[in-house]
Amino acid sequence: MTRVTRFAARDPGPAARMTGFITHLRQNGLRLGVSEAETALTALTLVDAPDIEHCRMAMRAVCTGCAEEADRFDELFNSYWLDAGRVKQRLIPKSDASPSNDVQSSRDRSGETAHSGGTATTPDTQEGAADNDGTGKLIATRQSNLKRKDLRELIRPEDIAEAEAVARRIGEALRDRRSRRRIAARKGDRLHFRKIIRRSLATGGEPLHLLRKQRPDRSRKVVALCDVSGSMSVYSQVFLAFLAGLMRADKDADAYLFHTRLVRITEALRDKDAMQAIGRLSLMANGFGGGTKIGPSLQRFADTYARRFVDGRSVVLILSDGYDTEPPQGLANALSKLKKRGCRIIWLNPLKGWQDYAPIAGAMAAALPEIDLFKPANTLADLENLRPELVTL
Amino acid sequence: MTWTDLQTALGRQGYVASDDLAVALHLALQLERPLLLEGAAGVGKTEVARTLSQAKDTQLIRLQCYEGLDAAQAIYEWNYQRQLLSIRASAEDGETGKAVEQRIFSREFLLERPLLAAITRDKPPVLLIDEIDRADEEFEAYLLEVLSDYQISVPELGTITATSKPMVILTSNGTRDLSDALRRRCLYTHVAYPDRQTELSILKSRCPQVEDHLAHQVIGFVQTLRKEDLEKTPGIAEMLDFAAALMGLGIADLTDNPAVLQATLTTLLKTQSDQAQITPEVAARIAGKAA
Repeated sequence: MTRVTRFAARDPGPAARMTGFITHLRQNGLRLGVSEAETALTALTLVDAPDIEHCRMAMRAVCTGCAEEADRFDELFNSYWLDAGRVKQRLIPKSDASPSNDVQSSRDRSGETAHSGGTATTPDTQEGAADNDGTGKLIATRQSNLKRKDLRELIRPEDIAEAEAVARRIGEALRDRRSRRRIAARKGDRLHFRKIIRRSLATGGEPLHLLRKQRPDRSRKVVALCDVSGSMSVYSQVFLAFLAGLMRADKDADAYLFHTRLVRITEALRDKDAMQAIGRLSLMANGFGGGTKIGPSLQRFADTYARRFVDGRSVVLILSDGYDTEPPQGLANALSKLKKRGCRIIWLNPLKGWQDYAPIAGAMAAALPEIDLFKPANTLADLENLRPELVTL
Repeated sequence: MTWTDLQTALGRQGYVASDDLAVALHLALQLERPLLLEGAAGVGKTEVARTLSQAKDTQLIRLQCYEGLDAAQAIYEWNYQRQLLSIRASAEDGETGKAVEQRIFSREFLLERPLLAAITRDKPPVLLIDEIDRADEEFEAYLLEVLSDYQISVPELGTITATSKPMVILTSNGTRDLSDALRRRCLYTHVAYPDRQTELSILKSRCPQVEDHLAHQVIGFVQTLRKEDLEKTPGIAEMLDFAAALMGLGIADLTDNPAVLQATLTTLLKTQSDQAQITPEVAARIAGKAA
């Protein structure tokens, strides 16, 4: 049983009521302009106007613009045209709105109108919008807390996911590189004159086929080496999460672990389940542990994998504290050998974030001349702050 | 012509339109506004345009959108090769440069693409812009200009105004949010999966030879299957395939032969995980419910 709103006797007529309806919709967050009122009135002349269901369908077509609005429309329509307020009672045979629903909706309406002032341009999806706001704020505050923490407190999976997101952004910043030169492409922005002329020989010098060229995407390749020795163990889990994020964001990235020897973990990190990948890695990393042989590990990397995977477009990311049990000369040699392949070397040292840190450890001091960028990385904010500098590399 | 007339006209062509859709379509035609149809894949959005063109006995011009669609493929392009040949030929006839230029930038040398074709027909065609959400935002902006003024400006020729306003139907699967500006220009209808009764009449109108008993079972089966947590929910076309497959195999009752039922599910389930999820036991349970 529904009730049709009876408008006051001095009401000027259908046009004013329609304007009122459009205003009502607008206050409830539907994005409608002036012309919609006109269109809606015209639409009513084209359907069987005395039938309320026909009007409802016509106005729905005119006034809504997306699935959510279409869902809410019935309720808004009822609350305006079938308002239980000032009424003469009339039975509408085919209607799905129950009386209790009506009461509810008229109350809702006033509530929504009250708070819709500030959000007039966004679709007001009832409690959905409020929900979103809530979680949005929660995440924001959590994030800022998280960023100031020392990484060793990061053990919960959600936090690792957060670290992963940062890694993803950094990976993207590193990868986006465009070439200056143009090469032949099917849909290029410029004409490829050399090819056009070459092709035109076949048609008697008439350039019948226009061939094009374009700047290709020349992505940088990230190669990450993560130290998982005993001294790094408090950081390793987060670094691994960071690597996992990097792997996910970038199909060409490559990852290695080292402690006393070097292990390639690219395949393991490509596991579909992020947590499972990290679990597998943590097991691998824990399995060794103990001392660090940075020099020999990097030497081995330079001699084997680097030949296949490192070239002038690579960025080698070393995550290590630089405490080496082997003589520093080996490390220096390995790095200079790597450097000769034309790559950039970035060293992220968790200890550098500490106050009064100086790279006096023998290995670190020996490595410094070969490194393009030497940065701290013991908080998420540090990792995040790296991004602008990586872009300019 | 009222919207019920339109609904029956579509019905005669084998398309069962819901009241909502018929009213929206009727208004779109009368108000000369584009109609934006949204809904899951396989609910018959594209089919509306095809049926409308048949019902109105007019041409259907289809523009399939995709990422990277540009103006040259959607609006117009100069016939470059023909222009070149023409220049070469005119050089031998001794035509002046000015005259040649006049000639090679005329309508004769313009290759019509769907949007230009749609506004230059004598009889208003149905213009179907399919999966607009796949096109880039730049193209959407371009489309706005065409849809609001029904005119296209070609720098070398001037503005081409519509000889007839096409009936425009846009469809979207929601892979990306469309701009508010485009939504405002269009009338909107969300096309949902049909309810049991509607779907039954669709099946009846498309496959008249199917038995009543089997038809009810097929619809019941598909409707229940849609409620399962599937990656790819079967649409109407899949339902019709399913019915056709069952008839082709001479099956009169779904519960008769579980093995054959499982085999015919290939017409409904289109991913590996969906096929793994609907095991013979599950299929038998759903078929039992539908019976």
